[in-house]
Amino acid sequence: MMGRVIDFLAVWLIPLLIVAAIAGSLWRRVDIFDRFIEGAKEGFTISIRLIPYLVAMLVAITLFQESGAMEVVKSCLDPLLNRFRVPSEVLPLAIMRPLSGSASLAILADILERQGADSLIGRIASTMMGSTETTFYVLTVYFGAAGVYRIRHALATGLLADLCSFIAAIALCQIVFG
Amino acid sequence: MIGYLWAALICISVLTAALRGDMAVITPGIFSAAESGVKVAFGLIGTMTFWLGIMKLIESSGMMELLNRLLRPLARLIFPRLPAGHPAMNAILMNLSANVLGLGNAATPFGIKAMEEMQRINPLGETASDEMCTFLVINTSSITLIPTTVMALRAAAGAANPADILGATIIATFSSTTVALCADRLLRKKVKRK
Repeated sequence: MMGRVIDFLAVWLIPLLIVAAIAGSLWRRVDIFDRFIEGAKEGFTISIRLIPYLVAMLVAITLFQESGAMEVVKSCLDPLLNRFRVPSEVLPLAIMRPLSGSASLAILADILERQGADSLIGRIASTMMGSTETTFYVLTVYFGAAGVYRIRHALATGLLADLCSFIAAIALCQIVFG
Repeated sequence: MIGYLWAALICISVLTAALRGDMAVITPGIFSAAESGVKVAFGLIGTMTFWLGIMKLIESSGMMELLNRLLRPLARLIFPRLPAGHPAMNAILMNLSANVLGLGNAATPFGIKAMEEMQRINPLGETASDEMCTFLVINTSSITLIPTTVMALRAAAGAANPADILGATIIATFSSTTVALCADRLLRKKVKRK
């Protein structure tokens, strides 16, 4: 049942969303092609702006892998993580995700490159990334804008949400793709 | 914080290489990783260009307003103490609608507006009110249906169907938001409003 829902969403959601966006815009007599191009223009700059973050983080994470440091960490944590069927390859992503969006994007890129986009680990990592937000960034921007300094339990609940997403991503992907 | 992590990764790597007598991997690793950073960014351009165009159409299609109406009863349930017609409620709804549709750029201004409006009726001054914490729980836990950049990365990495993770992503997102909202309710009373 859940597998069917997941398959359905994967195939139908994007086409439906695109058709709805076009139909709604036509209905409102928007000049759709001009609007589309207006947005599409930003695609290049947004991608290029990521380069410094990607390079900085990819160099660090590659060195960590190539030097054998990752192997050491893996061999220490694997016994514990294996018990919960958590692949240790996604650990760096889990640590970086709440802190920095672009740095975790670089780690995801590295995982997809090493493990393959259609591998189980690649899919787990993609789901982890897609189902979470950059918690620290969101809190800084929004509380900063309101001039609030004591944020009570907001950080704890934000990080709890990230943890739940990670666990759900690992469990769901193993059920559906495993 | 990220700076420390970054520095730690590099220093530990160099140290490990030194201890293993394998320093020769470091310098070539830097060059190839730096180049692949550029390759990854270039790989994103196609998907990002198309999707940002579609996002503009989503914005002008009226879907946000529609979603706004659909989410209204749910928002009343989650923020029972916000007056129905209060400007904060409207900004919250616009922020949530934009977030669900993946319009991050459109969502942020509404989110900031919502925080400012909530601050106006905040009895605690510089301490976050209950409503603010709840609102940010929803925002930090992510409610986006379409993770654009993740799909772009998957496409660039040669995935057969870059969107095949959408179903799992949505279910993970939904369950984590639910858990976090429950935790927020429980913690709200325990964490004192000094």
